[in-house]
Amino acid sequence: MSIVLPSGPAGARILSLGDYRPTRVVGNDEIARRVDTNDQWIRERTGIIERRIAGDSESVADMATEAAAKALAGSGLAAADIDLVIAATCSAQDRLPGIGTVVAGRLGLDAPGAYDLNAACAGFCYALAAAADAIRTGNARHVLVIGAEKLSDITDWDDRATCIIFADGAGAAVVGPADSPGIGPVAWGSDGGRNDTITCLGTDPYLRMAGPAVFRWATTSLAAVGRRACELAGLGTRDLDALILHQANLRILDSLVRSLDVRDKVIARDIVDTGNTSAASIPMAMTRLKDRGEIASGDLALLLAFGGGLTYAGQVVRIP
Amino acid sequence: MPASESDILQGLAEILQEVAGVAPEQVTPEKNFIDDLDVDSLSMVEVVVAAEEKFEVRIPDDDVKNLRTVGDAVDYIKSAGVAA
Ligand SMILES: CC(C)(COP(=O)(O)OP(=O)(O)OC[C@H]1O[C@@H](n2cnc3c(N)ncnc32)[C@H](O)[C@@H]1OP(=O)(O)O)[C@@H](O)C(=O)NCCC(=O)NCCS
Repeated sequence: MSIVLPSGPAGARILSLGDYRPTRVVGNDEIARRVDTNDQWIRERTGIIERRIAGDSESVADMATEAAAKALAGSGLAAADIDLVIAATCSAQDRLPGIGTVVAGRLGLDAPGAYDLNAACAGFCYALAAAADAIRTGNARHVLVIGAEKLSDITDWDDRATCIIFADGAGAAVVGPADSPGIGPVAWGSDGGRNDTITCLGTDPYLRMAGPAVFRWATTSLAAVGRRACELAGLGTRDLDALILHQANLRILDSLVRSLDVRDKVIARDIVDTGNTSAASIPMAMTRLKDRGEIASGDLALLLAFGGGLTYAGQVVRIP
Repeated sequence: MPASESDILQGLAEILQEVAGVAPEQVTPEKNFIDDLDVDSLSMVEVVVAAEEKFEVRIPDDDVKNLRTVGDAVDYIKSAGVAA
């Protein structure tokens, strides 16, 4: 007897998006009251003016549920139509249960596959790739993909090298089958030789980062990943309508805009009033561009992310 | 053949214009990157990376701190180029 495999659709696409932004706004001046820094330094080096920080009792699962509910509502699907949930996060408060199962329970989904994925700030791009593959192989039909982080929990608020950039939030997408693929092949990889550049170790409750080394890596190595993601999709960077880079630092973004030759395209600059929300940054930025009408349905956007590990991933998507 | 001092200076001026918007005539050996040219530590990383590519040299992070003036960078690139 041989094992039978299901057949799947030609491809997958994003059907809808959702985000959740905590209500508390923390400006640069508030940070400068605690550590030796100032508004101008933070703006010039990172582009950040303010960020959102979750409430004390607000968990990663709470924010993930809010964003997922919004995405689900936008998809027009019923809760029972979702048969897989993938939650990308590196800051969940609890080891168990996983965020994916908590969201599935709270939204009343009908026994979907559910798991969490940790690829640091590249998590959403990894999860989106996993979702598209699951759909194309026939293992799932509609997937809820979430990126959610409460980095404020693992930020050392006395460390001026990190507390100026990290923040909280969540974003989500519902992904479904498509006759014409709306999610390109993923260009992904990792550089384990740079394990030590961004860490949150068992022996230390906080995120630690070798900022200059990460900056150097991102401004030298990430453009090739983005170009490869475009090539894999049969496109060039000039074919793109938008660049949605992980919102790590506006200076990295500006450098990538130059090296990818996309100056005249729509560029997500959500970091300015959102901060760096790790795996949540790309779906949050994409949701906002769409909500504000800065990108239109059918536009081609390059998603490109990197983070602790180092991990990196990118793919071209069509905006729902 | 290793690049001459004036080639390196001209190459650096091109890089500084592209990366940090510095006017080429500003780029003279005595200029301090941070104080005179307004090139901060992050722009400096980009300048160094572009210089590595242009002049086929390696400039490790630890050495970047010591490159305070344009002249420091020219000298460093010149001797690194000879060593390579
Ligand atoms: C964090 C980051 C903004 C720091 O900027 P930087 O210019 O590299 O900072 P450095 O560590 O080289 O420090 C440069 C100087 O600024 C000072 N400095 C560092 N943080 C500061 C702050 N918050 N306010 C004021 N001064 C600061 C340093 O002490 C140093 O001064 P010195 O030369 O007199 O000692 C930057 O490295 C960065 O964003 N890197 C990328 C990180 C990233 O993308 N992470 C994403 C993870 S997903």
